Amino acid sequence: MAEFTLPKNSKISGGKAWPKPAGATETREFRVYRWNPDDGKNPSVDTYHVDIHDCGPMVLDGLIWIKNNIDPTLTFRRSCREGVCGSCAMNIDGQNTLACTKSMHDVAAGGAVKVNPLPHQPVVKDLVPDLTNFYAQYASIEPWLKTTTPTPQKEWKQSHEDREKLDGLYECILCACCSTSCPSYWWNSDRFLGPAALLQANRWVTDSRDEATGERLDNLEDPFRLYRCHTIMNCAKACPKGLNPSEAIAELKLKMVERQI
Amino acid sequence: MSSRSSMRTPLGRVRNLGSSHSGTSDFWRQRLTAVAMALLILPVIVIVLMLIGRNQAGAAQILGSLPIAIILVLFIIASAWHMKIGMQIVIEDYIHNEKLKLASVMANNFFCIAVALASIYAILKLSSGV
Repeated sequence: MAEFTLPKNSKISGGKAWPKPAGATETREFRVYRWNPDDGKNPSVDTYHVDIHDCGPMVLDGLIWIKNNIDPTLTFRRSCREGVCGSCAMNIDGQNTLACTKSMHDVAAGGAVKVNPLPHQPVVKDLVPDLTNFYAQYASIEPWLKTTTPTPQKEWKQSHEDREKLDGLYECILCACCSTSCPSYWWNSDRFLGPAALLQANRWVTDSRDEATGERLDNLEDPFRLYRCHTIMNCAKACPKGLNPSEAIAELKLKMVERQI
Repeated sequence: MSSRSSMRTPLGRVRNLGSSHSGTSDFWRQRLTAVAMALLILPVIVIVLMLIGRNQAGAAQILGSLPIAIILVLFIIASAWHMKIGMQIVIEDYIHNEKLKLASVMANNFFCIAVALASIYAILKLSSGV
């Protein structure tokens, strides 16, 4: 059966409450998931207080402030700090999103900012999930232009209309917020490609310059790879770039029907 | 899925046995039967209301009408088919043990076919007044 409860060694217990920073006039409480692969303990949730007058407004600013001022062992991924790289995807206040574009002030006032790693992925340490399977799924859809026609001297041409069809698809930054918010992906991530890889698949199926459309559809036509999507639409709700993977998957299914009927 | 401790590469695990090149037929049939049921449900409700409070002879008289019998038989076919596909999807979602999954899918097929045939037989029997 699908596992509905956390394995014994993943159950959260206890956690350290760090003292409020001395001299801070206004603080925001952060509750952050901690797990260290080296100490043999179960995960815990540590409580920190961030001096909001000494810190930027985003959740990522808060995490960096904690790492710099309170606890240098706190581990998370971050890079661009402007919603372009997708490194700092995590679950904030129950929603997968990017820590760098989520304001800590958007989390209900008075409540703590709860920060957890992306759900249902193996954890490497603290807020860092192991996305090996996710990246392999992306590789499996062969995300590059495939052509048989000899490469033209200058470039592969595309009309403005055909280029517009890629809008809403090309912007994906592969942060994994969508896939890890999808219950179908939770239960069957070994066989279901998940919203991110399928949106990317549709990006290449839609590209007018690509000559392997049928081959790409052949590769996706499978009860598990594609049809585990039941249009739950958590993906569209989670996407920090405002994309709609659910719609992209529906387009793939339509193309599957179109070539049969 | 092969276990995480396997030394297979991540891409090898994802590709696994390859695409089955199927699933679209079930996807299409699920929509087909859904639309069929949406169209048939109103006449079926009317027929059921007509049948309420009647004895077997009264019911046999109503079902003796060819259009009514056909509507009911079509509804049974659409709903049993839809039920079979829907239940199979639930089984595939949640049951990961291969043997148990195969047995469940098989039982689901048997159950849906049995329900459909029993219902159709009952309609035809009443309809023909035997």
